[in-house]
Amino acid sequence: MLEFRMPSLGADMEAGTLVEWRIAPGQTVTRGQVVAVVETEKGAVDVESWQAGVVAQLLVAVGTKVPVGTVLATLDGAAPAASAAPPAATPAPPPPAPPPPPAPPAPAVSAGARPLASPAARRRAREQNVELASVHGSGPHGEITVADVEREAAPSTPAPPATGEALPEPPPAPAPAPAPATVDRGAAMRQAIAASMTRSKREIPHYYLGASIDMGPSLSWLREQNLSRPVTARLLPIALQLKAVALALRETPELNGFWIDGAFRAGGGTHVGVAISLRRGGLVAPAIHDVDTLSLGDVMQALSEVTARARESRLRSSELSDPTITVTALGERGVETVFGVIHPPQVAMVGFGTTLDRPWAIDGLLGVRPIVMASLSADHRVSDGHRGARFLASLGELLQHPETL
Amino acid sequence: MNPDAIRESVRRVLHAIAPEADLDSVGPGTDFRAELDLDSMDFLRFITGLHAELGVEVPEADYRKLGTLDGCVSYLAARAPAAGTP
Repeated sequence: MLEFRMPSLGADMEAGTLVEWRIAPGQTVTRGQVVAVVETEKGAVDVESWQAGVVAQLLVAVGTKVPVGTVLATLDGAAPAASAAPPAATPAPPPPAPPPPPAPPAPAVSAGARPLASPAARRRAREQNVELASVHGSGPHGEITVADVEREAAPSTPAPPATGEALPEPPPAPAPAPAPATVDRGAAMRQAIAASMTRSKREIPHYYLGASIDMGPSLSWLREQNLSRPVTARLLPIALQLKAVALALRETPELNGFWIDGAFRAGGGTHVGVAISLRRGGLVAPAIHDVDTLSLGDVMQALSEVTARARESRLRSSELSDPTITVTALGERGVETVFGVIHPPQVAMVGFGTTLDRPWAIDGLLGVRPIVMASLSADHRVSDGHRGARFLASLGELLQHPETL
Repeated sequence: MNPDAIRESVRRVLHAIAPEADLDSVGPGTDFRAELDLDSMDFLRFITGLHAELGVEVPEADYRKLGTLDGCVSYLAARAPAAGTP
């Protein structure tokens, strides 16, 4: 019997609210499959299963907030991939959801304007045939969250994945509905960031290094590339910077990993977290996996997808839980240098400022070159300035040879 | 393709990228990149979205001509496939 638990989506997460099951008892689950949606202060997250098996029981009902580590469901044994035939007992797929019931009488809360709702909530409302105007928003500024839509849908629509009897006492049309788990997502996210950064500043003995890097070769190579690339495959400088960071880490692996229980643990791969600011405030740093092995096109593609999903609040659990280092690029707003605060339990953060045309001496002559200030904040418990300097030197060198990235 | 239809397409693409933004508050000659706080990734998604909607490939060198709604309309009107094809 395998257990599927509420994952920790970052060191700062303590609990999450289950807002959707994507599986039903009897269903076969493959590794990496999205099995549930969990709402956290970072938005709704698609949670993947890292085990394969057949769903035995769903133990937590939709709408419930549970601590990290709580068993959410049980799976029956790692169904041996060898046996091609599915177990005979596998029940038929869930019957199609019943036809949507007539819209409930709209409550008197007629909002004049278009109701404020997250994209995920809108999508859910469409799926559930819920009129957004009739939903009470519990998010910041009365924004409607997925959980709000679920609550509205619950009384009239029987939960769609109701194939099995496995759900322990499915809340029968909860009259007062479970307390809104996401009272104010903006405030919750701010609190999570505060907790994490406070821990960082309290526990991590940071040291900081900066180096000016000539982006000339990279930018002209990029311009050349983009001329021949279709609009859907164009590259941004950040793709080169991310790849160069990942490659430079090969020489200084002590910057790539975690500080856990008083010791350094190397990251199992180079999963680069990219700080993405959210328009409603706050930020997330989802990971792009194995950046050192990806082509620039793949890095760009992954960055584009993860940015879009972060902004729509549809990140995946694996992206939030396992970055081994974080990169933050604040160049867009004219910042010259980033002084990063490490995201625990990681041990380093790399920052890129704005690329600016600067006077620059080359071979004894003064020229004008596009220069970026790359910075490194690193954990002195794991590495020293000497090694950090080596990382920045190697990063700068790699960006002089974009064709090798 | 007529300018109004193009303006609608541009607004639709912008809305997909910045759903919470109030596009009515963006003047026709305003730099919407700054106004809507679009970064270079957002802007690239905008250009990709225009390509999907209108079939126009905007080279990088022309990005700066698409910084305002009016700029987009005049640039795209000259290049979008003739009326009839969506």
